[in-house]
Amino acid sequence: MKHFTNLFLALDQTTKTTVKVQSLVDFFNAASDSDKVWAIALFTHRRPRRTVTTSLLREWAAEKAGIPLWLFEETYHVVGDLAETIAKVLPAKSTASTNRDLSEWIQYIMALKDKDEEDKKQQITEAWESLTADERFLFNKLITGGFRVGVSQKLVTKALAKYLDSHTTATSREENQIAHRLMGNWDPVTISFQDLILNEDPNDDLSRPYPFYLAYALEDSPQDLGEPDDWAAEWKWDGIRGQLIRREGQLFLWSRGEELVTDKYPELARLAEAVGPDFVIDGEILAYGDGMPLPFQALQKRIGRKTVSKKLMAEVPIIIMAYDLLEIGTHDIRDQSYEKRRDQLKGLISDLPLHHDILKLSELQAFDTWAELSSLRDTARERLTEGFMLKRKTGDYKVGRKKGDWWKWKVDPMTIDAVMIYAMRGHGRRANLYTDFTFAVWDGDRLVSFTKAYSGLTDAEFKELTSFVNKNTVERFGPVRSVTPVLVFEIAFKGINESKRHKSGVALRFPRIKRWRRDKLASEADTLANLKALLR
Amino acid sequence: MNVIESTDRGLYCAKADVYIDPWKPVPRALITHGHSDHARPGHDAYACVKSSKAILRHRLGPIKMTTYNYGETFTINGVKFSFHPAGHVIGSAQIRIEQDGEVWVVTGDYKLEDDGISETYEQLQCHAMITESTFGLPVYDWTDQEEVYNDINNWWSENADDGTTTFLTAYSLGKAQRILQHLDQSIGTVYCHGAIANMNDAIVNSGIDLNPYHKVNADNKADDYKTAIVLSPPSALNSAWIKRFKNPSVGVASGWMALRGARRRRGADRGFILSDHCDWKSLNQAITDSGATRIYPTHGYTQIFSQWLTEKGYDSQPIETAFIGETLDAEPQEETKV
Ligand SMILES: [Zn+2]
Ligand SMILES: [Zn+2]
Repeated sequence: MKHFTNLFLALDQTTKTTVKVQSLVDFFNAASDSDKVWAIALFTHRRPRRTVTTSLLREWAAEKAGIPLWLFEETYHVVGDLAETIAKVLPAKSTASTNRDLSEWIQYIMALKDKDEEDKKQQITEAWESLTADERFLFNKLITGGFRVGVSQKLVTKALAKYLDSHTTATSREENQIAHRLMGNWDPVTISFQDLILNEDPNDDLSRPYPFYLAYALEDSPQDLGEPDDWAAEWKWDGIRGQLIRREGQLFLWSRGEELVTDKYPELARLAEAVGPDFVIDGEILAYGDGMPLPFQALQKRIGRKTVSKKLMAEVPIIIMAYDLLEIGTHDIRDQSYEKRRDQLKGLISDLPLHHDILKLSELQAFDTWAELSSLRDTARERLTEGFMLKRKTGDYKVGRKKGDWWKWKVDPMTIDAVMIYAMRGHGRRANLYTDFTFAVWDGDRLVSFTKAYSGLTDAEFKELTSFVNKNTVERFGPVRSVTPVLVFEIAFKGINESKRHKSGVALRFPRIKRWRRDKLASEADTLANLKALLR
Repeated sequence: MNVIESTDRGLYCAKADVYIDPWKPVPRALITHGHSDHARPGHDAYACVKSSKAILRHRLGPIKMTTYNYGETFTINGVKFSFHPAGHVIGSAQIRIEQDGEVWVVTGDYKLEDDGISETYEQLQCHAMITESTFGLPVYDWTDQEEVYNDINNWWSENADDGTTTFLTAYSLGKAQRILQHLDQSIGTVYCHGAIANMNDAIVNSGIDLNPYHKVNADNKADDYKTAIVLSPPSALNSAWIKRFKNPSVGVASGWMALRGARRRRGADRGFILSDHCDWKSLNQAITDSGATRIYPTHGYTQIFSQWLTEKGYDSQPIETAFIGETLDAEPQEETKV
């Protein structure tokens, strides 16, 4: 595991992109092909199948460290990372190193699959004893997943391109080509480096999606974007981003999280046999009924389910709201202009009239001035959309998050003034601060909690709040403290729904702390009635 | 009634009517050491050890102060007090209090290992102990300090070879001097932020030798720093002050660097695990060796640590202070004057 540990330490010890890329190139030069494949897999959020539960890992680690389980759990809460907690509570390495490399350790872990609990425990604790704290951390990460070292897919792609360029026996590949190859359904257990990156025609994977082009949020007015005439505006739909692929009579639907979700939306299946050319559509998976989008909450019912009943399909019908076309026939058209791609998308959809109940074109909104578009945007919420997407008519379809051609221009989120009543210590990087807070509104003379929120304050404010919590604790419940209810915060959120599970009767979507209202007394905070008025 | 109790002004000995490290103004304060969460301004009279005098003067100005030698006993209304080395920073002390045959120790901040510059920790025997627990979790297990100094010097040397300025943050009282004494000055020049240089000056003037250092001042050019190491308090990282150094390699020396999350949050290139507090093992060892049966943790993870001690059979309760103690960003004495 030496090469991989060195790579990890090098990546972890720098914030400079050029150094990271070089460390990756050095690793690709030194590592075996199977280690290369596994490293790429780990950096793109793939991992070996889990063969040991984390609760067993916690138990064994506490036992080996000679501490009670509750202390292990409290420590884990502060550290915020299980692999790291285990690596650091255990006593120093006590046996000689074995010379396993990355892929051999992965095989070691995968081989535990059919072992009984005693065997698993013995193998895992033996591994812990033979590894340094850094190696142990990586070993644990191979089991638990969630491997984050500040290496984006883009960085891996860049390093691979550089490595292939410098390597005489290998063929050069464009970064975009590599990014495309790293997408989709490949299994590090079975694929070779040759097949993953080098082989000429990888026509074996019909399901392979393209990397999504992601927009930046427009902070100010669109005035700075220039002439309105250069831009197209579409509603920003409140669903989940998806890529709908039809190739050789097979249909695949990918969500933005690079998850194949075809089976969750069986109503789309008939598109596999629809007349016309093959295609790859970029669009929104959207709950939709009676000619209107349904609230996101409705879609959530479908997202969570592995199998879908007829009843649920009828209750929450979904559509693909198509907004871009990436491939038609077998042609990748991402380098064509947005306008040209849209024309072909429009043609494609209008040739499929039998399927307009499940495949719709996201219509462009005509406008002459930014002011006109701005007033149209004020109606976004009643249309159950989040605002506008602005797309440059001449722009090509880019890879990943790039500034310039696509912008999301959202309506302001809803807000409410609330009183802080509970505080909990943060995880990981904020382990020594209180960062998780529960907020309440007035119901008569009682405070009713209605949401938790954490993001949105500066580090200085968190520090100040931590000091406040220390001085104003009323009661403790494990890691949670109730505090004197005197501080008021403005809570912003993107949506609100009725909820029987919550004491307040409402559930918020994406709540965050917008600002600390130092100018307000607790008695001036909003009421439950104010909150419920936002339900409409 | 306990010999020492926790009040809203700080730790208090009622019989002698004195406070220990109080955070609100009081008539008489015994001070364990010069960090600002322990030595606050505004008391009528201060008492501390001799080697802390210059530091307190530097921080608090012309205060009324009585000083004692380590181990020297003084009696107030029948209560016997003495200061003993805590090994935390120069002039840091534990305070031993004996009343009617019952011995209490307030550790202040402390560490067991000898850092080569602070007076070495003395293990006291007592009935009750008020101990800090800043790093009272089993994940805190310090690396051998010689290894850390080596890592720092190697990092500096690599940077110097590339002509990259080395920028290392460390608290201006304690950590900065400890590092200064272990830098290999054959690599280049040591520069200090004004807050550190002024603290160094105060220490040197009190008769303690330090290795050579230069104060960063406005006349310096970026080129002067090419092979240099710059020591600065953590707060300077987020200030305009750091802009005078061109693309420095940034390191942080702190016990908090033991956790990856803390290091990544700082955006530092390198984190060096170097602390002036006890790690988990040392805390447990000091408590065992004290012979005390009543343990009151303060600073840090007091709840958790106290519960752990309770399960081990001690009589233990956490003590809350108005301060959160040492955190990654908040230096105990935040001084920005350059
Ligand atoms: Zn201190
Ligand atoms: Zn302290």
